[in-house]
Amino acid sequence: VCICVHLRFHPLPPPLLSFATEQQRRVSLAAVKRAAPYLFLAPFLAVFATFHLYPLGRSLALSLCATPSPRRTAFVGLANYAYLVRDITFWLAVGNTAAYVVAFLAVQLPLSLGLAMALNDRRVAGRNALRFAFFSTSLAGSVFAAIIFARLVDPRHGPVRVAWLASPLLARAAVLIAWLWLSVGFGMVYLLAALQAVDPALRDAAAVDGAGAASRFRHVTLPAIRPVLSFLLLAGCVSGFQSFELQYVLIGGPGPQLAGLTVVGYLYTVGFGQGNLGYASAVGWALVAITMVAAAPQWRLGRDATA
Amino acid sequence: VRTPICPCGATANIGARIINRHWPTLVLALLAAVAVSPLAWVVWQSLGHYGALLDDHAYGRWWVNSVFVASTQTVIAVLLASLGGFAVAKYRFRGRRVILAIVLSVLLLPYQVLLPGGYDLVRRLGLLDTFWAVLAPGSASVFGLVLFARAMRSVPDDLLAAGRIDGCSEVRLWWSIAMPLVRPMTAAFALLTFAGSWNAFLWPQVVLQDDGRYTLPIGLASLSLLPGSDLGVLMAGTVLGVLPVAALFFALQNDFVAGLTAGATKG
Repeated sequence: VCICVHLRFHPLPPPLLSFATEQQRRVSLAAVKRAAPYLFLAPFLAVFATFHLYPLGRSLALSLCATPSPRRTAFVGLANYAYLVRDITFWLAVGNTAAYVVAFLAVQLPLSLGLAMALNDRRVAGRNALRFAFFSTSLAGSVFAAIIFARLVDPRHGPVRVAWLASPLLARAAVLIAWLWLSVGFGMVYLLAALQAVDPALRDAAAVDGAGAASRFRHVTLPAIRPVLSFLLLAGCVSGFQSFELQYVLIGGPGPQLAGLTVVGYLYTVGFGQGNLGYASAVGWALVAITMVAAAPQWRLGRDATA
Repeated sequence: VRTPICPCGATANIGARIINRHWPTLVLALLAAVAVSPLAWVVWQSLGHYGALLDDHAYGRWWVNSVFVASTQTVIAVLLASLGGFAVAKYRFRGRRVILAIVLSVLLLPYQVLLPGGYDLVRRLGLLDTFWAVLAPGSASVFGLVLFARAMRSVPDDLLAAGRIDGCSEVRLWWSIAMPLVRPMTAAFALLTFAGSWNAFLWPQVVLQDDGRYTLPIGLASLSLLPGSDLGVLMAGTVLGVLPVAALFFALQNDFVAGLTAGATKG
């Protein structure tokens, strides 16, 4: 059968399939097989090295330079970082961003979980339509969401005529509401998938054994959804510390008392508003450090839960 | 679980009975209406302004720019990530671990740290204000490489061996055997890449300065930040900006769910 298949797929006349040529062919096939993975990875690695690795190294080098203009650089060692540590605006941006992240997670996780549990309940009618309705708002990109909410809270023409963007607290609230609008349905979908994987028999057995709703949640539901919860926690933290366009487009700049200034917003302003690429790079590496610190506990949490 | 019927069912009027029995549904429906209301408001405000949007602004051009950038980036990203993922999943070769370690370590970094260095690179290459600069970094997706490597691990080795015996070239093993088997994952990844590129803001904002080259999000954001821009026109632009991703999601919905769950179960 094997040979027949050979003949069918190969235009080679039968005599060429002698023992010697077959062996040679095997040798060259092995060579091709050895080279193939490198050739397959080459395009990816070429683009990756050019547009990820090189800029990464360049950002590191720039962070050690004074850059009065994008074209002039002078090595200054750690001076940018030394300045960063004492830069009040930078720390304000860090505090702002951390506050956004904490407030966001404190509302998103309970809300997503509540919705997921409600929409996992058989007594609720039209669950698919409701799930879709809640998820649909995550299909908008964050810039579009920012534009929508900027108009919704417009004090002159919006349907909710409050001077949102004049007060630091209300401006932050507006950003937070837009962010939740984008993310609660997304979190709900993930939690629903985890909840649906819980064996109903387990919950029923717990109920028969006299476990109340609270202890059923703690001992049956929570262990099942813990990996998803820690994923959402991590995703919220990481994306939150990188947030920029919601604040920038919704508030239209740094906002009252810099309420809309995030770490990335500061990086953008310094690097591309003022053209100081060196200092912007230092802010970027500070962001790396912050992300690592914020993500580290959750990496462990996730690993403990899966282990 | 059966719905407990109101004990006073016989005497209470029908309205009370419905509320008593279905109040969770009603509360959820109300919440859903609140969640969706901004979208409804946007569509309502946009009506009648589409003509003005396309006549008065560079909007049409931004839209076309975005279609070009997002679809080109998606095609390249799928090709590069699936080829690379196939190599990682189905070949044993020297340097595999080192390459993976380098690539994966970058996945953990916030991409914003690349902005100053990337801008500097693009300026030196003379690619400022080009679409290539916009779509190049996202074309090598580490996330995609990992997804494809995971999915293609489940392609049976016997199938590939049979293909080799039948005289398939290595490239055809990838394209004709492995790719069809990971189709749902490909659709999911393509959708995510397209949506990410379509909605991208910061990097295009950094490398594009000429407003004729703007992609949709930065064009629309520049309109939005302009004081006194017309509400209806802006909302029409937003509707047309959200629509393509939503439409793609509907078209690929089944593949999308299958692809995500497949990725979730195969650890």
